Amino acid sequence: MKLLNSPRLGRRLALFMIALGANCLIACTQPAANHFHARDITGLLPDLQFQLTSGSGRAMAASELRGKTTLLYFGYTHCPDACPMTLTYIDDALKRLGAEASAVRVLFVSVDPRRDTPQVLQRYASSFGPQVVGLTGTDDQLTAVTKRYRVAYRRETPDANGDYAVYHSSAVFVFDRDGRARLLAAPSGPDDGLADDLRALIGRHPQ
Amino acid sequence: MTGGLPLASREPRRDCPTLVGFAVPVLEDPLVRWLLPWEPSPVIILLCAAGVALYARGSNHPRVPAAARSGWRAVSFYLGLALIYAALQTRFDYLAQHMFWIHRLQHLVLHHIGPVLVCLAAPWQSIAAGVPVQWQAGARRIVGSRPVRLAYDTLQQPLVAFVLFNGLIYFWLWPSIHFRAMLSLREYECMNWSMAADGLLFWWLMLDPRSREQGARMAFGIRIVVVLLAMGPQLAIGAYLSLHRGTLYDVYAVCGRLWPIVPATDQEIGGLITWIPASMMSVVVGLVLWQRWIRNDDRVRAPLGRAAAASGPIERPLS
Repeated sequence: MKLLNSPRLGRRLALFMIALGANCLIACTQPAANHFHARDITGLLPDLQFQLTSGSGRAMAASELRGKTTLLYFGYTHCPDACPMTLTYIDDALKRLGAEASAVRVLFVSVDPRRDTPQVLQRYASSFGPQVVGLTGTDDQLTAVTKRYRVAYRRETPDANGDYAVYHSSAVFVFDRDGRARLLAAPSGPDDGLADDLRALIGRHPQ
Repeated sequence: MTGGLPLASREPRRDCPTLVGFAVPVLEDPLVRWLLPWEPSPVIILLCAAGVALYARGSNHPRVPAAARSGWRAVSFYLGLALIYAALQTRFDYLAQHMFWIHRLQHLVLHHIGPVLVCLAAPWQSIAAGVPVQWQAGARRIVGSRPVRLAYDTLQQPLVAFVLFNGLIYFWLWPSIHFRAMLSLREYECMNWSMAADGLLFWWLMLDPRSREQGARMAFGIRIVVVLLAMGPQLAIGAYLSLHRGTLYDVYAVCGRLWPIVPATDQEIGGLITWIPASMMSVVVGLVLWQRWIRNDDRVRAPLGRAAAASGPIERPLS
């Protein structure tokens, strides 16, 4: 009863594959040369692109954001905690950037278009600083953009008062001035390094 | 703001039909929406359709032995393929992208349940017979070509197959790799396809109905040992996931879970799915192999018994 067709070949191949696997693991777990505070996601997600309506009621395209370092965040204005906190942290980081903040745009995409009309959204977004743009769209448009960035959202059924919670991602995607997805940030306070990361991205010239 | 909500939500969707304007009413049907692929992959759709078409065509072919055409085999084949297809090309995939335990369930189907069902059916004779006559020579040339043979022989070396089977589970669950795979669509597809392909290779190596003498790569006894050994690493990683305190895969929290579940619970259930049903498959396949081994031995011994009665005792080595 022979276990292997040719035992030596099999063993050598297996060893080779183990070595290859180990190599991949090491390569993947090592931090990138230029380390940001946030997670480097260069090459993982597609370039910035969407079809949404801005708080001022007009359609906005990603091409208008070329040359700007852009943050993309999904939420809704009735959000009790996560959205205002995240937007406040982003605002803090932008304040720390000073004049350089003018090279940054923050896209707050509401996944609750039923309640977040352009006016509501506009008022909400601008309260977090002049760089924040409120965007929303139809369910299909929102599905398209959330699918593109692989995030989920779901609205609960409204209760007797018409209130409902919306589940959304906590990710802040950062795109460089060429619209390439670069970082996945989780703003968490003054020491989260977001300002440093943004400064590094703003200063970086396109390759 | 409250009363008209459900209506208001319906309106914009009709105004803005997406992909196929004319089919909107049909596509709006919840069941249809569920059955449509979340991320359509022409390769998967074509492969599954070709599998069904060739099998259906070939299973009536006179060249295919009656045993290979039995009803339970067809059911097993179609069910296995349907499960693999459903795991990859329905809205289920969306759930699997955003809940860890559903992701584990998806891999249980892709790496274990689906391939085991397909391989139990031993559908290859039927599929080969189903290839249209004018393509048969070409197909034979491709399958018999040196690179294909070499790749297949390498992958089906028992040690390689064993390492690959367990190694892939560990590889894709390595936290930093898992993170990338859940963000990058390309790596995500690579992950799911590799699981399904490896599942088919490994379980076919185990479930080949032929004995070693009839041309299978491994003897039944050895296969039982391998299948039971394969439980070990899966048990270990499943137990680790479900008992580990602390979040290993924060990508699900970052990208949004579909309904509120404590991340630790999500991970615990995911670990249990990796641990228990996956190991059960090994036990089930082990039992199937045992039964095949006994039946095969009976088949070998029966004529031998008659020969022995005629010409005195012969000691036959157990194989």
